[in-house]
This record gives sequence, C-alpha cells and structure tokens, in this order.
Amino acid sequence: MMLQAFHDTKLIWLFGGVLFLLVVSSTVGNILKSRRKSDSSRATIDNLNARIRAWWKMCLIFGFSLLVGRTGSLLLFGVISFLAMREYMTLVPTRRGDHRTLFWSFFVIMPLQYYLIGIQWYGLFAIMIPVMAFVFVPTSIALSGDTEHFLERAAKIQFGIMICAYCLSHAPALLLLKIPGFEGHDARLLLYLVIVDQMSDVLQYVWGKLIGRHKIAWRVSPNKTWEGFVGGVLTATALGAALWWATPFTPLQSAGLSFTICILGFCGGLVMSAIKRDIGIKDFGVVIEGHGGILDRIDSLCFAAPIFFHLVRYFFVP
Amino acid sequence: MSEGIHPIASLLAAVARGITGVQVQWAGCQPDVKQRIYFANHTSHLDFVVLWSALPAEIRALTRPVAAKDYWEETPLRRYLTEKVFKAVLVDRGAAARGKNHEETHFVGRHLMDDLADALGKKYSLILFPEGTRGDGKELGPFRAGIYHLAMRRPDVELVPAYLENLNRILPKGEIFMVPMLSLLTFGKPIQVEPGEEKDAFLERAREAVGSLRRIGPA
Repeated sequence: MMLQAFHDTKLIWLFGGVLFLLVVSSTVGNILKSRRKSDSSRATIDNLNARIRAWWKMCLIFGFSLLVGRTGSLLLFGVISFLAMREYMTLVPTRRGDHRTLFWSFFVIMPLQYYLIGIQWYGLFAIMIPVMAFVFVPTSIALSGDTEHFLERAAKIQFGIMICAYCLSHAPALLLLKIPGFEGHDARLLLYLVIVDQMSDVLQYVWGKLIGRHKIAWRVSPNKTWEGFVGGVLTATALGAALWWATPFTPLQSAGLSFTICILGFCGGLVMSAIKRDIGIKDFGVVIEGHGGILDRIDSLCFAAPIFFHLVRYFFVP
Repeated sequence: MSEGIHPIASLLAAVARGITGVQVQWAGCQPDVKQRIYFANHTSHLDFVVLWSALPAEIRALTRPVAAKDYWEETPLRRYLTEKVFKAVLVDRGAAARGKNHEETHFVGRHLMDDLADALGKKYSLILFPEGTRGDGKELGPFRAGIYHLAMRRPDVELVPAYLENLNRILPKGEIFMVPMLSLLTFGKPIQVEPGEEKDAFLERAREAVGSLRRIGPA
C-alpha cells in the first residue's frame, strides 16, 4: 500500500495541480503585498497571505497522508476529528455530569468509528453513531444523575459527535468504495472531494470580496453574499467538472456531483456559523488563539462528505 | 534539596500540556527567574502541573508547589509525587485555625510561615492555591490568610496572580478520567501588600486580581 500513490499518474497530476495553484497564489499574494497602499487593504492582504501559508501546510500534510495510503488518510482524518471535537466540546457548555459521556465520545466512540473504516465494516460504520451512540449518550448522561438541561446536553453532545466524527469520517470512508474499473485509485476520489469542497469555500470568499453586495443571511454570516455564493459555486462546479479525468465520472456527472458538494459545503458553513452565533463567538479558533479553528476549516466538508459518499455509493458501486 | 527537574515531572508536564492544549498568556508580567509566589484559582489536580509546565525550564527548576499535607501524604503514590517528583512544600492546612486559643493559633501559624519562608529561601519560587481546596470552577472561593502572612514576611518576593480556565472540565474533583478540552492560563500583574493594608482587604484584592484574569467566563 505504502507509496502506491507514486505510481498513480493521475493522482500526481491532481496533486501537482494543487501545488501549482498554491505557487500562483503565493506569487499573487506577494505582489499584492508589495503594492499595498491603504491600511485597510493591508489588513485584508495580510489575512490573505496568512491563509495561503496555512493552505501550504494543510496541503503538504494531506499530500503526505495520501502517500502513506489508506492508513495515513484514516489517521489524518482521525486526528482532524479529534481536534474538531475538542474545539466543539470546549466551546459548547457542558456540565460536570457530562464528564464520563464526553470521555467515551473522545476515546471510544470516535476512534471506533475510524477503526470500523479500517476493517471495512460498512454496516456498523453506517449505524454506530446515529443508532448506538444515539442510545448511549442520553443513557450515560442520565446515569450521572444530573437532569438539569438534560435534553440540551444530550442533543449538543450527540450533534458534536455526528458532525465531528460521523460526518467527517465519510471523507476517508470513500476509500472503502469498490467502484468497478477504479480499483486502487480511491485516493483520487478523496482528493477530488477535498479539492472541490475547499475550492468552493475559497472561490466564494474571493468572489464575495471582489463583487459581493447582497447579503444572504446577514445575522448568521455577514460575509456570505449572493454574488460570492453564485460565483463561487459556479466556478468550483466548473473546476470539478474539469477534473472528471481523475474520477470514475463522466464530465456531466462530475459537474453534477461537484455542484452538490458546493451547495452542501455552503450549507455546512451556514449551519456552523449559526452555531457560533448561538455560542456567541466569531470563529471556533478565535477564543483559543493558536488552536486555529479546525472546525471553521472543515465545516463545509462535514456536510458535503456524507452526501457525496452516499451518492457515489448508490450510483457507482454495484 | 537536590537541584534540577525530576524526569517524571518533565514527563507529567508534557502530558498535561498535550491533554489540556493550554494557551498561555503573560498579560501582566514576563517570565523571570526572580523569586515569585504564583497564586491561582484551584479547580483540578491538573492546576499545579499545568501552571508549572507553562514556566520556562530554568524557572521551573526553581519553582515548587505548596500542597496540602493531609491529602498528599495519604497514599504512597501521592507522597512519592509530592516529595520526590515535584519537591512540594507540604502544609498542614487549617492547623492554625484549629488552635485551642489565640496563642496556640499564633504559634502554629508562625511555624507554618517559617516552613514556607524556608522553602522560598534565597532563590526558589512557590506556586500556591490560596483557596486551599478545589472549587467547581464557577466562583472563586475565599482566600486563606497564608498568602498575606507570607507576603508580609517576604516583601521582596513578587506575588503573581494567575487564572486557570477549563481545567475543571478536563479533570474535575473526584474524577479519574480526563476529557481533552482546551484550556487557558493567564498570568496577571504582580501585586503587593500596600503600606497599612489590612489582612482582609489584601486577601479580597488578591482574589479580585485572580478573578479579573478570567477570559471566557463561566460555562
């Protein structure tokens, strides 16, 4: 398995494309930096360059995990799940009575979810959290004897496990799918999902900055505009369609799936923004500086991954 | 007392930092090897280790915790940790208050201050939890008088307030399993006993100095 990725020319092309894009962005970022005039544009450009630097790091880590193969991807997403859940549970108010439940969520339920992908037990992977954890969480909280805000606490913890562990785990679970004629290339499918999803975020940000005027849901997320949304979704869909050669899809199918990924990514971002407003913070990473908002980065993937997984599984796996 | 940091202490500090993901902010002063008494809120067994781990190594080697004798001498493991690993100064909490009369109280209290002043010596710093016991993280308990007497005895030592956040959610009192939430540690501006300041006024001011460093607010 190890280093098999090196022999997959299309995977190398796909990843090479990402690196090329990063080189271009870094260059543009540096040019902008040397030309900046006002203080307000300086802040935007510094923020942009910080984002590009973060992208370099993320891409190198992701690329390395793909090289290591299935275990690498599982480990990487397991760690992301852990860090995301850590951010979520830190900021969502929990009580002393939730302690044991939280312990189980972090150290048993979440690792088990990834283990089930590792041993390719699809049946249990699909129901473990929505069915078994769903029964376990409220029971375990009830056993603590603290009934204050019981329903809220059970719901918040279950939601956190669903988002951070269950939903996200569907991204590396793509490696489980046995698509005829695509055996051994499943890493490409994962990379495809991540590229389209993250590019949709980036392009919505870029279009929004360039021509954004009309707010979509001002109270929830002041930065989301209709112009950014339409521009971002259309360009990311076009990009996804143009990557059909790396997937088991035709160009038209690829466009449809990319479009779905973009829309769901948007929904994920919107929902996580609403949660942040509810808790009263702007970014998951802001309150705890330096632990830079992993959840802010993957919110779109959390919604896109499970639906993409099931669409591919339904239509392409016999 | 032997010099240097016990390897188990370094290991525990690294583990504690990893689990608590602690973000340290020196808001009111900078790390310094000068003699200090760090005093903080107390909600978890992790408090001392996390605070200690946040200090640079050369300061860590010179910083000792003050711990409750009744609790930390109870089992061999606790004794080993306090005596050998962290070289804690054990104090008999409440001993002075148990005195039968004013004189006895005075005598016991004086003895305790002698121990702490000895522990400070010429180069050591102390970590102290003036609430005297672990709270639930919602509100700071009243401060015990020891910190005041020690400050009077050693006016040359800086009193640095610190606030540890979320550690009670990671390892609350009476719990053995840890939940890896993120935590914050903030060091504030050093305070001192003002000329003519009464004991209770100082203790209240010290308590406010710690409480004002809270960053997230009650959960």
